[in-house]
Parts: sequence; structure tokens; C-alpha cells
Amino acid sequence: MSERILSKRFGLADSHTIGVYEATGGYATARRVLQELTPAQVTDEVKKSNLRGRGGAGFPTGLKWSFIPRDTDRPVYLCVNADESEPGTFKDRHIMEQDPHLLLEGIIISAYAIGCHQAYIYIRGEYIPQIRRLRAAIQEAYGRGCLGRRILGSGFDLEVAVFTGAGAYICGEETALLESLEGKKGYPRLKPPFPAVVGLYGCPTIINNVETLANVPAILEKGGDWFAAVGANRSGGTRLFGVSGHVTRPGVYERPMGYSLKQLIFEDAGGILDGRTLKAVIPGGSSVPVLRADEIDIALDFESVAAAGSMLGSAGVIVMHDGTCMVRALQRLIHFYKDESCGQCSPCREGTGWLLKIINRIIRGDGRPEDVDVMRDVAEGILGNTICPLGDAAALPVISFVTKFRDEFEHFVRHKRSAVLAPVK
Amino acid sequence: MDKVTVTINGRSFEARPGQSVLQTALDNGIHIPHYCFHPGLPVAGNCRMCLVEIEGVPKLQIACGTTVRDGMVIRSDNDRVRQAVRHVLEFLLINHPVDCPVCDQAGECGLQEYYMLVGRYDSRFAENKVVKHKKASPIGRWVMLDQERCILCSRCVRFTREITKTNEMAIFNRGDHAEIDVFPGGELHNRYSANIVDICPVGALTCRDFRFRCRVWYLKQAPSVCPGCARGCNIAIHFNPERPHHAGGRRVLRFKPRPNPHVNAFWLCDDGRYSYPFIDDHRLRFAALREEGGVRQLYLRDALDRLADWLRSAHAGRTAYLLSADASNEELFAARKLLRDALGVRCLLPDTGLRTGDADDFLICEDKHPNSRGARILFGLGESDPVSPERLEAVLGAEPPELLLVNRADLPGPLRDKILAAGTRLVFLGTNDNATAAAAHLVVPLAVFAEQAGTFTNIEGRVQKFELAVPPLGDAAPEWSVHQGLAERLSVDLAFPGPAAIFHQLAAEVDAFRGLSHESLTPHGAMIRHE
Repeated sequence: MSERILSKRFGLADSHTIGVYEATGGYATARRVLQELTPAQVTDEVKKSNLRGRGGAGFPTGLKWSFIPRDTDRPVYLCVNADESEPGTFKDRHIMEQDPHLLLEGIIISAYAIGCHQAYIYIRGEYIPQIRRLRAAIQEAYGRGCLGRRILGSGFDLEVAVFTGAGAYICGEETALLESLEGKKGYPRLKPPFPAVVGLYGCPTIINNVETLANVPAILEKGGDWFAAVGANRSGGTRLFGVSGHVTRPGVYERPMGYSLKQLIFEDAGGILDGRTLKAVIPGGSSVPVLRADEIDIALDFESVAAAGSMLGSAGVIVMHDGTCMVRALQRLIHFYKDESCGQCSPCREGTGWLLKIINRIIRGDGRPEDVDVMRDVAEGILGNTICPLGDAAALPVISFVTKFRDEFEHFVRHKRSAVLAPVK
Repeated sequence: MDKVTVTINGRSFEARPGQSVLQTALDNGIHIPHYCFHPGLPVAGNCRMCLVEIEGVPKLQIACGTTVRDGMVIRSDNDRVRQAVRHVLEFLLINHPVDCPVCDQAGECGLQEYYMLVGRYDSRFAENKVVKHKKASPIGRWVMLDQERCILCSRCVRFTREITKTNEMAIFNRGDHAEIDVFPGGELHNRYSANIVDICPVGALTCRDFRFRCRVWYLKQAPSVCPGCARGCNIAIHFNPERPHHAGGRRVLRFKPRPNPHVNAFWLCDDGRYSYPFIDDHRLRFAALREEGGVRQLYLRDALDRLADWLRSAHAGRTAYLLSADASNEELFAARKLLRDALGVRCLLPDTGLRTGDADDFLICEDKHPNSRGARILFGLGESDPVSPERLEAVLGAEPPELLLVNRADLPGPLRDKILAAGTRLVFLGTNDNATAAAAHLVVPLAVFAEQAGTFTNIEGRVQKFELAVPPLGDAAPEWSVHQGLAERLSVDLAFPGPAAIFHQLAAEVDAFRGLSHESLTPHGAMIRHE
């Protein structure tokens, strides 16, 4: 079994309670860090670890922290992005459900590193059990002196509050998250200025994903070098891979960065459902380009997946077998992004709606020969031209689907039905 | 560093640090298409029309949201940028109804403009358009909303949020069902509401007053100054000289604000904007003489003969003149030269236009005359010298003059009756009909500000020029030319060939105006010397 950093308590009885957490070594690292290390030393260790953001973009975490202005006289905020909403992604919920104190310990150490005394956990509103777990864990942590004034025997103060979202995918985009947290409509902000300089309430703010922060205690416990060595290339540590779709054993698997995608699907997840043939894999959450079955012999780290023309993203691996109609699959994806487009900027607002109308028309049997090219062109008009990455998230699947499975789209247009016989429902 | 150098489309320009790429381009005559950007509003960056390529930056960037850096190399004219902008325009048009034939914005619409500039493609949109809730739906006294024409640039929302701070508007719903609207149950209730019609780049917000009165390509413009209050907001008068069958015969159809950073920025209040009908409605077009048995219309020259006789025969000190602060500096100066200096007429300035408590902290002033400051300076009056209606009664009623010349104002009824009963000869010089005009022994028709060139001095002492938009109606004439005609008849040596020459003489004789000329007032006016 490979190294388990994030999931080591998963499955333990009462793993979500502070008793179990402390009995298995919890809060010891935070205690030591707060008493012995300077914030700069913490940041250096995280930089050394090659920890990269687990939300999807993969930005180096230590580097992000160092963008907080040194001499700011304004409060610094830490916002934990627990809005996990990308289709195919279901990793953060397991951390919050089964090991919420690991997240809290990560928050404590990270807040200390960036000089923050108020952290917010922005969690998607549908995560009701996870919200309860988190709130209970925070209560426990306050009761045990792990949060509040002069925590863990140090002079450091930290308050943590849970803020529940209202079900908008866009609020997982970090600046829309800030707007929502401020009580406004979830519209992404223009960048620059970046949140590290002008963030929540105009103050320096770091936004980190749940899984990102849950790695921080282990980095401080065992060292940045150790963490970097667990991973591959410039991607340190492990990932919680959420494997879903047509596999025998869907679920969350913690594997080191650089792990084989093939092995993940065919060994860990038990291979393709019903003994059928693999057709396609979306390796990093629904917004990244799809890979054909012949393109999946790759290592799962940021660099290797990028070299294969896709992205590791949120490590939500969506597996599709040969019974999948790629036209209908893309229709589901477009429908999602069209529904979740905030409507602030023109290309995404109008383009996603247009794409959905075209593909719905193809599926209705009213496709026109030029539709496939128009879809690609519309997606290219969105790509890179929007305020936030939702535009790209909608465009990339379209471009990759209609390019890599063009014959299926053309077949649907020509014959007014799917190329896949007896497609799965 | 107080200047940075940037290169746009191969030409280099100096820019202020902190300035946006878009503003720099616009300042230098390079037009980068844009909808959501407005120089008077905070940057939103949502329309994505102003995408440009910046050397060293992989993605296209919005010019409105990008700050210039020294040495920045920007292109807005290559194929990559053109393609992206075309895409954005296509996106904005797919759900637009393209109902130009029945849209009042046609002719001044950003969508039409940029389609001709960067679009010119055949539509590839074969789907049904999104249907929205409101078509031609009034959202306030002056503004009509059509959500389907809206491109969601949010200028109107930002205006009500940042400028009036009244927050009536917002964008509701999301994705391609997003729509602008006022909050449920509410309406636009600020005094600057029609500005959102001006800043709307498309036909989503149109003016309820102007709609369907005239196609905008029939309109001509003249730069002018709003006569609605003492602020002196800069306006353009939009008039329709050749189609009197449009708009019920009105020649002037609307005022639009003209930017002046020292006075009104980009804005105009609704009171001022919709004060324009007086230019055409209820005008005095011809001179009239009240005689035994009724009122007789007469030529202006005959009216001036009559008035000159009356002025000549009145006893010294028994003639009074009620000035109007609606008159231009030039008109007031002519009155000062002839009536006050040459004939020794007693000149009073009634403050009939004062609406106490009506001012706000933005543009609207209590004083509803455009040239009170000019009138006070030219007649050497202090702040408190203008005569209130009550004091007017005391001053005139106590010892009614033999001859009273009233300029534009409507006298309080009791006072009018009192002086008429006392045998005073009442002469009305004015632009619009009122009860005083109806009761006067002689009416002399005057041109309104839009029918002549001239200057007003605003509340802060800024002297601003306005141009002639439409010729005077009927026999109406600028007041200065009336005084000129009287001077000739009374053998007073006045030589006023025109407003520019009068201003030249005024600047030579009146300290506060010394050094100013009509030329020096372009484009933003000039301040008087401190009194």
C-alpha cells in the first residue's frame, strides 16, 4: 500500500472526533509549529514540498502564500474552498466527513504561516452531513483550545467559521467565492488585483482547497523534502483520486502523484464495468479535455497529464466504456456549464447556451452538417476570452469531444441517431 | 515616473501610469470597440469587446481592465484580435432580437456600429432566441426597458450604484437568462434616471419622452449649456430642422449631456434634460400692442418705435426694468449699457427662479436660472440683492413706476393688478407666453438661448459658451439686438454687431471677465476672475 497522508483515518471508528484524531497524533504538529517555528519557516517548508493546489489549477501553494504583502496593516483572511462542485469530483467531502480535524489542523498551520486570525470555510450548501461534521469538529476544537484565543499553548489567535453556499458552481471560483462570502451575487472578479493583495473585504486573502490544506500537517510533520519525494516531477505528495463512471469499484483512492492512470482504472478500480471495453477517460474533473482509450497510458501528475493534452485538475477520473454515446455525454457536460454560467461576461453567457441548443438539436435529430464545426468554433470563441475559467471549462470538453470523436457527432447528424448501439441509459 | 510609453498597433504613445490601455488608445484616436467600459463608471470588464493582444501575455486581455506599463506593446488590429472580437459580437447578437426597424436606438446603436466595423458575417445561429420578461416596459417616469435588446454590460446598474447611489437596478437570474431590471415593486426614482438611456449602448433602455418622435439620423446637434439651473451642465441640443411634421412641430427634440470634467462630468439631471419643450411651446413669436378695443400684432420694428417713444417720454427715474437671469451675459451687458448706463433706468433682478431646498449634493441647484451669477456681476449686485417676489411688491407697489419693462418673468398677480391700476405702462420682453405677457401694453418677442449664441456664467463662476441651434421663431430676436434697435432710435451710441463682439467689449469693461474671449471658452469654459 502506498503512502496515506489524507486518508489514513478513513474507515476508523469515530474518525471524525477529536478524541480519535488526537489519539492518532492529531494537533501535535500544529502545537509544535506554533511554538517552535516562525511563519516564514512554515511557508518555506511548504514551498519545498512542491504542494500544488488541489482545487484544479495546481498553483504552488507556498508561492501563493508568499504573495501576501509583508507590511500590510489590514487583516489577512484564509478562505477554505470547500465548494467542491465539479462533476466527477468527490474528494473533499470525504476529508470533511471522515477527518475534519485534519482540515482544521491544516487551517491552523496555514493561517499561522500567512498571519491570518480569521478563517472561513466556504462549503457547498448541499453538503449537509459534512457541514454538520465540520461544525461539530470546530466546536470540539474550540473546547480543546485548538481554536480561539492563544491556541495550542501559543500566543496565536484563530477563529474559524463555516459559511454555506447556496448551490452555485461558480462560487467555487475563488473570486466568486469571495463575492458570495461578502453577501453578494457570485460573480467572479477581474484579476489583477489578485486576492492575495485585494481579497475578502478588500483585504489580503488566501483561498486554498480543502485537500490542499489537509496536506499541510504532514508536510510540517515529516518535512517538505519527504512530501516532494512522495510525488513526481514538480507535483509533491499524493492525490485523492475520485474514480467514477463505468468501473467495477468506483470510489476515492489515495495514490501518489505520478501514479499510473491505467493502474488506477484497471487494478484499483477493478477495471471496466460488465467486462466491456474502455472508450474514454476524463482525468481531472468534467472540465478537462477527454482522453481516448489509447491515450491513457500516462502518469498522474500535473506535468504528465498536461503533456498528454489534458489536465490533472481536481483528479476526478470519469471513465466511459464503449456503450457511451459521446454526443449525449457531451450534452450532459454542456448542459451543466450552461446552467452554471453566471452570465456576467458575454462569451460564456451566450456561448454555453448556444452550444447546448446546437447539441440538443442534433440529439433531436435536427442536426445540420455544419453543426460540428460551428460547435468547435463557438467553443474556441469562448476559450481564453472570459473573466474566469468557467468559460474554458465549458469550451475544452467541447473541443476535445468533437475533435476526438468527430465521427460519432457526424454519424448522429447524418443518421439522426447515436452511433452507439444500445447506449447505456 | 510620471509618463510611460506604450506602443499600440505600431505607434508609440505617452500615457499616465495607472491609466488603462483602452483609455490610452481612445485618447490617441485609436478606437478599440467596447460596450461595458464608460469613463465615468468603474470598470466591469464583462462585455469582452475590447480584447487586445499584449506582447508577452499568452491570452488576449481586456484593454479596459489592463493598466499600461512602460514599454507595453499592444495590438488591436491583427487577425487574432479581430477574430476574437467578432466572436464576442456574434455572442452578443445571437439572442438579440435584431428588431432595428422598430427600435428607437437604431442609428446610434453600438451593436449596429460594431457589426459594420468588425462583424459583417452571416448569422450561424439556427436556434430559438431566449425570450425575456420585459419588452417595452416602463421602469420609471422617463425610461423604457426592453430586456431582449440588452447586452448586460451593466452600465445602468453601475450608474445607479456608483453615481446616484440609489441602487434601483440589478441583474437578475444567471446565464443566458440574466436580465436587467429594477427591483420587484420598485422603479427608477432618482433625479438623474435618464442618464442610463444615454449610457445604454444598445436599445434596451430608451427614453419615453423621445421614443418614436424622430429617427436620430434626422437630428442635428449644437453644443450648448443647460438652462435648467445655475449649474450650467454642458449639453448638446438635438434638433430636427427640416421635418416639422415630426414630433408635433417641435424643432428641438432632446438635450443630451456633453462631457465637461469641471461641471457635470458626463451627466445631466432629468429636470434640466426635460426642460427643452419651452424652446418650441407657448412661444411669443410676434410683437403685440394692447390698444383700445383689443390687442394688435405688429412688426418688431414698429414695437421698438413705440417702446423708444415711451422710454423717451417717461420722466427721469420713473422707469424700471426687471432683469432676467435667463438672459445671456451678452444680453445682460446690452441692457446694462443702454438701460442702466445711458438711460438711467432702475434695474432690479427678481429671484423668481429660487426653489429653496431643491438642491442636491450633485448637480441640481436651488436657483433655476442659468445666469444668475452673470446677472449679479454685470449689475453689481450682491448675493442678497436679487429681489424676492414679496419684496418686489414692496419696492414696486409702494411707488409704481411710470414705465415698467419686465423681462421673461411672470409678475405675481396682485402686484400686476396693482401697478396696472396705478397707470403704469407695462412692457413685456420675453420668450414664452404668460399672464404678464397677456396683460402687458406692449410685448416684444425674444429669442431663447437655443436661438442665439452667447455665454452663461454658472454658479461657480465658470463662463460657458453656447451656440445657435435653431433660428428664432417669427419676429423673436435676441435681447441684445432689441437693445441695439432701441439705442439707434434713441441716438445712444451702441455698436453691437453680434454676441462675440459684445463679449469682447464686456471682457474689456467688466473686471470679472477681463482676459476672456469667446475663443478661450472652448471646450470647457473658463472661470471669472475673483470678484
